[in-house]
Amino acid sequence: MIRTLMRSIRQYRKLSILAPTLVIIECAIETFIPFIMGNIIDNGLMKSNLNYIIHYGLILLLMAIVSLICGGAASWTAAHAGAGFATNLRHDLFYHIQEFSFANIDHFSGSSLVTRLTTDITNVQNAYQMIIRMAVRAPMVLIFSVIMAFNVSSQLALIFAILVPILGVILAVILHFGRPLFRQVFRRYDTLNRVVRENVRGIRVVKTYVREGEEINKFKKSSKSIADVFTKAQRIMSLNAPAMQLVINASLLLLSWFGAQMIVGGTFQTGQLVSMYSYSNSILFSLNMLAMIFTQLSISQASGDRIVEVLRDQPTIIDPKNPIEKVDNGDIEFQNVNYSFAESRHPILNNVNLNIKSGQVIGIIGETGSGKSSLVQLIPRLYDVSHGKISVAGHNVRHYDLTALRDNVAMVLQNSVLFSGTIAENLRWGNPDATDEQMIRAAKIAQADDFINEFEDGYNTHVEQGGNNVSGGQQQRLTIARALLKNPKILILDDSTSAVDTHTEQQIRQGLREDLPDTTKIIISQRIVSIQDADQIIVMDHGSIQDVGTHDELVQRNQMYKEIYDYQQKAGEDN
Amino acid sequence: MDTKTVTKTTPKRSTTLMRLLKFVVGTYKAPFIMAVIAIIISAAAAVEGSLFLQRLIDDYIVPLTKQKSPNFTPLLQAILIMAAIYLVGVIATFVFTQTMAILGQRLQKKIRDDMFTHMQSLPIIYFDQNDYGDVMSRYTNDVDTLMQMISQSIPQFLNSVFMLIFVISGMISLSPMLTLVTLVIFLLSIGIVRTLTTRSSHYFKEQQKQLGKVNGFVEEMLNGLKVVKVFSHEPAVKKEFDEYNDVYQYDSAKANAYATMLFPIMGNVGNVLYVLIAIFGGIVAINGWSVLTLGSIAAFLQLSRSFSQPISQISQQLNSIVLALAGAERIFQLQDSPIEVDDGQVTIVPAADGTGNNWNWQVPQTDGSVKQVPVEGRIVFDHVNFGYLPGQTVLHDINVSVEPGQKVALVGQTGAGKTTISSMLNRFYEINSGTITYDGIDIRQIRKDDLRHSMAIVLQSTNLFSTSVRENIRYGRLSATDDEVEKAAELAHAEDFINDLSQGYATQIDGDGSDLSQGQRQLLAIARANVADTPVMILDEATSSIDTRTERMVQAGMDNLMKGRTTFVIAHRLSTIANSDLILVIDHGHIIEQGNHQQLIAKHGEYYQLYTGKKSLN
Repeated sequence: MIRTLMRSIRQYRKLSILAPTLVIIECAIETFIPFIMGNIIDNGLMKSNLNYIIHYGLILLLMAIVSLICGGAASWTAAHAGAGFATNLRHDLFYHIQEFSFANIDHFSGSSLVTRLTTDITNVQNAYQMIIRMAVRAPMVLIFSVIMAFNVSSQLALIFAILVPILGVILAVILHFGRPLFRQVFRRYDTLNRVVRENVRGIRVVKTYVREGEEINKFKKSSKSIADVFTKAQRIMSLNAPAMQLVINASLLLLSWFGAQMIVGGTFQTGQLVSMYSYSNSILFSLNMLAMIFTQLSISQASGDRIVEVLRDQPTIIDPKNPIEKVDNGDIEFQNVNYSFAESRHPILNNVNLNIKSGQVIGIIGETGSGKSSLVQLIPRLYDVSHGKISVAGHNVRHYDLTALRDNVAMVLQNSVLFSGTIAENLRWGNPDATDEQMIRAAKIAQADDFINEFEDGYNTHVEQGGNNVSGGQQQRLTIARALLKNPKILILDDSTSAVDTHTEQQIRQGLREDLPDTTKIIISQRIVSIQDADQIIVMDHGSIQDVGTHDELVQRNQMYKEIYDYQQKAGEDN
Repeated sequence: MDTKTVTKTTPKRSTTLMRLLKFVVGTYKAPFIMAVIAIIISAAAAVEGSLFLQRLIDDYIVPLTKQKSPNFTPLLQAILIMAAIYLVGVIATFVFTQTMAILGQRLQKKIRDDMFTHMQSLPIIYFDQNDYGDVMSRYTNDVDTLMQMISQSIPQFLNSVFMLIFVISGMISLSPMLTLVTLVIFLLSIGIVRTLTTRSSHYFKEQQKQLGKVNGFVEEMLNGLKVVKVFSHEPAVKKEFDEYNDVYQYDSAKANAYATMLFPIMGNVGNVLYVLIAIFGGIVAINGWSVLTLGSIAAFLQLSRSFSQPISQISQQLNSIVLALAGAERIFQLQDSPIEVDDGQVTIVPAADGTGNNWNWQVPQTDGSVKQVPVEGRIVFDHVNFGYLPGQTVLHDINVSVEPGQKVALVGQTGAGKTTISSMLNRFYEINSGTITYDGIDIRQIRKDDLRHSMAIVLQSTNLFSTSVRENIRYGRLSATDDEVEKAAELAHAEDFINDLSQGYATQIDGDGSDLSQGQRQLLAIARANVADTPVMILDEATSSIDTRTERMVQAGMDNLMKGRTTFVIAHRLSTIANSDLILVIDHGHIIEQGNHQQLIAKHGEYYQLYTGKKSLN
């Protein structure tokens, strides 16, 4: 995990080395200060030697200032290295996700990818900043102080040899019992958040069925389960402070008792005792700091794992070597195509064979879940077939350059979204270099030009995130226009006119026929009227092609098709 | 949207702080006071420990070195007394950290529970005016920072303040002159602290703002990732992302740099102070300008160590307290939002004789007696006007009379007011003028819960809960037996796909049911309404995502279900409503035509245009 993450350090390597170096210098100076201070007391104060005091005092002052500069600079560099590293990591992760195939995307849900790109990276950033500064500082202070303490008096330093392990054990025990509890807390938080989310989103359902009381009980149960574990966790972790205080106080008293005896015995001096007090503080505090760092890091470890999980997920669809860059025409051929999601056993498409000629209009009809969308998504390689072969213009789709293939196979998805920006900007997704004339022409074919012009700002009307300020039918027409701007060889409309009235829909179909005679047009629809004039109509049932034919043929011979047709006819002609 | 700013009021920070303290202290007065006392004791013990050094050196070590045969008994006594004082300090620390840990969690639970309970009684309009994410973050971010403040920032802040007070008084008792030196440094450090914290909090704010932008962009692009891929738009998206990312880096680096510089700088200012005290102390003592013993200098040095830390603590904690107050404000804002009005007296009870729909309205009379009115489902709108916001009218003069058992269809463009009309019925919103009566009773006189118990709604977007399929259907009526649940599912034609699920009815729905198709979710919602078995039903685009063939089968079940019930149907496909008893054509909040299919077709008006496809519904 660490190695994968470290690849994102790149140009911040220098800063990342500089920060701990500065920290080490700061620690070295800092631990030396009490030592000189002891000397000042013993040789200057005790002996009333003013020159000594001033001489060493100035040296000390200088040291303190150098240490201050080093410390400040270390923070500065660590913060910049951390932010830089996080930026690189976010960049790498985002770029990596952009390479994902539909199968990869389905594997992680959208919202979980968002959390990984935001909260998790921030956690890793904080951890990184801590590693190159605090996690260097704490052990350094500990080591330097122990060395200095032994230097001052190896006899008195033995006190630490006893107390440090004791404190170490206490901290380890606290962590051992506390950490698993914290992990439980996080899990229970997920449950609580779920209850809140469901209630906020589903408040109308809750109120409709008068379930407020039950929901409140559900919530209280969940919040109680958090409070129970969290209280336990907090109480255990809170033992840290008094334990620390106990050990520090004990060391001060022991130092005082044995120190006093040694001074009286003439083997030790008062100033040295004062410096020992300082080291005692430094040693025990840095030990405590280590424990805290340990806890913090283990929390961010989970975040690191979640990021690496995404980084390691290899895109399942990538460009071939020596790709074909040009799609010659709109011929499509399916040969014995099988398709299933990797995890689930039962196939979504079963032995599909199809032959479509350039310029044909193809209609596809079938129940929800019969495999209509999967069938068409295989053509631009949004998913790859499990078995069999799909060819476009005589070449296996796997041999094309992905961008070239997708530019020529324009697809309007069932839940096509618009992005925040103007209508023109949204349409130009299809072709960034499109002229205004080309854009208006596409909008006209998609029957969008009229309503766009009714907006106050016309093509410059701003679309809100998710396209909330245009109606469903308008949204569908805009997404069709966007696809048309690609000037594709193959155009696929996946139930893309469901919210458009039949009259307008008919005009769109007519426009497509007249203005794009050479483009292969595949139309998935629930409504027979939308596809009845197609050259071939494919009837899908449970992942297989149940029948292929023209409308007239199917009405004659296909039971399921006729049922749907009759039902829709009857509803349409009831008057 | 400007509707979102209406409820926003900004009370003063100090008001929020007072209210918060009142909440904390008021709820757990005794433990809180105990914690504060323990904090004071703990701080005092710590300072007393540093002062002990002076006595140790001046009263014991120096005299002992002058004795020929030193007697260590008084020293041992002094150390034991000190040990006792320390022990009291440790116990006090133990008491306040434990108390705060428990208190913090209890308060956290109470605040969350209060908020959720209050939220359940808020009117629907509150949820229209506040983003889901915004409401959610009050339970998570805001409560978290607030609890951080109560259980950590406040005790640490108090601890630091008392520490500082005791340290300064200790210093003064040792040497007023050295205290003066210290105070100069003190003022200097306050300057440094303030500069650093204002800078860092400025950049933290910028960072949060920029983070919002990065998140917004990521959210939009990842949700539309499939479209991005279909259009091979990855390069442009990547480039734009980098722009956001780079700005974020700038702010984040600056914010963290200033924030983390505080501690090493303050720590080293402590060192400078330490050195200065030694120099000044030395000069003063040697020149004999003041009575300054070796012990006092040593003790003073020790005190100066515990001087810079409380200062940076205080400013740090003040920062997080201000941050937490912003969260507290948002929590209070939710808790202060007015709840649904409900002064209805009429209740619904099972009819003793089992006639009609088996339910009776129980209408209290002025003379104290109770009148029983059978629940039949007769709904009358009489000159109803409504607007979501004051001064705005969405529904104009709605007049409709629906007989029990009729099927009423609402037809019109998106935004015409169809859903709004149906939402008036169960009082999701309050009408501005006019009346709506239910079996002759003004719905405002019916207790809200009872009113809602008498009607089921299937909404356009279905919400499922993370529990089993069975429990999701039973949500309609908790008393429904398993048999009734399965029968309702059968009627909604949901049982086919339910049986295909890995554990049938026991299958857990995870999250918002994202692994079910929109159509399947709608089938579950219909089953849920079936199980509720109410005299009135509202179906708002209930079959919009179901394919024609399945819809046809569901329709048969629904027609069966609608028998004997008053049903309001909002549908996009006009074919499904042609057999309605009453069709209302809505346009811009007005009913422009009403009648049955034959009447409206004969009229050759708006409905005719829509039905024959000459005009679109979008």
